[in-house]
Amino acid sequence: MTSTETLDTTPAALEVHDVHKWYGLHRVLDGVNLTVRPGEVTVVLGPSGSGKSTLLRVINHLEKPEIGHVSVGGELIGVKRHGDRLKELSERVILTQRSRIGFVFQNFNLFPHLTVLDNVAAAPVATGKLTRPKAQELARELLGRVGLGDRTGAYPRQLSGGQQQRVAIARALALRPGIILFDEPTSALDPELVGEVLAVIKDLATSGTTLVIVTHEIGFAREVADRVVFIDGGRIVEQGPPSEVLDRPQHERTRDFLGKVL
Amino acid sequence: MSEPPGAAVSLAEAPPADDSPRLLTAQRVLPLRRPGRWIVTAVVLVVVAQIIHGLATNPFYQWDRFRYWFLRPTILDGLVITLEVAALSAVLGLLGGVLLALGRLSGSPVLRAVSWTYTWLFRSVPLIVVLIFLYNFSALYRTLSLGVPFGPAFVTFDESRLATDMAVAVVGLSLNEAAYASEVVRAGILAVDQGQHEAAAALGLPKGYQFRKIVFPQALRSITPNYVNQLIGLIKGTSLVFYVSLLDVFGSVQTMGSTYPGDIVPLLLVATVWYLILTSAVSVVQFHVERYFARGATRTLPPTPLQKARTGLTELWARLRREAAV
Repeated sequence: MTSTETLDTTPAALEVHDVHKWYGLHRVLDGVNLTVRPGEVTVVLGPSGSGKSTLLRVINHLEKPEIGHVSVGGELIGVKRHGDRLKELSERVILTQRSRIGFVFQNFNLFPHLTVLDNVAAAPVATGKLTRPKAQELARELLGRVGLGDRTGAYPRQLSGGQQQRVAIARALALRPGIILFDEPTSALDPELVGEVLAVIKDLATSGTTLVIVTHEIGFAREVADRVVFIDGGRIVEQGPPSEVLDRPQHERTRDFLGKVL
Repeated sequence: MSEPPGAAVSLAEAPPADDSPRLLTAQRVLPLRRPGRWIVTAVVLVVVAQIIHGLATNPFYQWDRFRYWFLRPTILDGLVITLEVAALSAVLGLLGGVLLALGRLSGSPVLRAVSWTYTWLFRSVPLIVVLIFLYNFSALYRTLSLGVPFGPAFVTFDESRLATDMAVAVVGLSLNEAAYASEVVRAGILAVDQGQHEAAAALGLPKGYQFRKIVFPQALRSITPNYVNQLIGLIKGTSLVFYVSLLDVFGSVQTMGSTYPGDIVPLLLVATVWYLILTSAVSVVQFHVERYFARGATRTLPPTPLQKARTGLTELWARLRREAAV
């Protein structure tokens, strides 16, 4: 499935190589290959249980693949080469790698006991990237960018779902990640709040950040995606520009799925 | 208040024809009368008054002797011992509890088994047995040494000098307390949403930071009320140190009681009141600690007793004015 187009020497922003993953006897990912170029916006579609969330969680090593490997910006994630085999890295190194990969959860998972400002400023301080005042300055700037510059002192539960998710995006941005993964960022939101979150993601997409977005918002996919990937049964069934995958799907299962959600 | 219950009933039974909206908008809704509640309240008040009257007037309690003993230096010395033993054991017990809970939740089966066995053992053996065991510890192990396991020792302690009564009491209570605290702490950690662990891991926060700044502060919210329960049990448990010849509040009361047998009842009252004061102090601290950890967990913080009293009075005043106006 990987397309080796031109002789490009810059490393791919993300490369998923023949990844297999089982939960017990159930096979969730069945040989997934995916290459994302820097600055590219990839939208992953698929029915529930198809393995799209697992794919995202394998990318930042929240889940370990049984077979295959992932690299981000040319660096293997969670493992290192040991002769012709792969060896698991120590937890400390994996944590450092994760700090370079943004992750936005469906349920926001903000830290409820910290203010909005501290939620965003915590990670750069804890990972030793910035001093506390610098991190807070950055947090204020990022919160302003997602339209929440006036709510820095609030606690997450005092915010609406849409506002919480925008804080979560600012929190992911605070580590200046090379790539950001979104796991159904609008699925837990009331319909009228979806727009404000999508607007922030769209703003990121146009600013050239590499994004991988799992979502059910087909309209949004058509608008922002450079590439749409359709997953079913743990395999990539079809991928390509939205104009092809969404408007002229080649596979029966893609047509079936789009027919149901559109 | 003066309306007979019948008035409300007749309104409810009024035929639907009278239910025109124009008529209803003018009606004030009468709160439901609860005569049963008033009767029970009256009975309880009478019983409480009787108990208080009995406490105050029954010569058996000898309140003058209570006053004599309450602030005696020997009682206060005992109180200091009680406070010392309780405070040290509370801190050491909680520390041990956190370590044991982490052991129970660790990936290593050996650590899990050791933590489980410890908890099982010290929850099974009565505290008094543990204390008396430790008191006779020097008979079991003549020396304690620090060194390579099964190898040469670097430092050797003479057991008889190490095991002062105070140390025996604190160690015994801490060992016991840690076993219970570990379950309290473990329950608190398990109560933290899995998403919090994931978010902390996804941000790449260092492992120690994840526990200290993200998971544990949230766990403390549910640990606090349970641990305070433990703490109150511990404060009362300190009365057992009397049996390892340490004179705490209860110990002083017992000794004085055997010297002045006629004063045993007022002396027991002295101990009772001091324990009441200690647990009340702990409850006050608990309220403020819980309020502190509730930050972010609720949209508004629960009011302090003073705020509650103030809003209560304001509401009562408003209600009285409303009733008077109608």
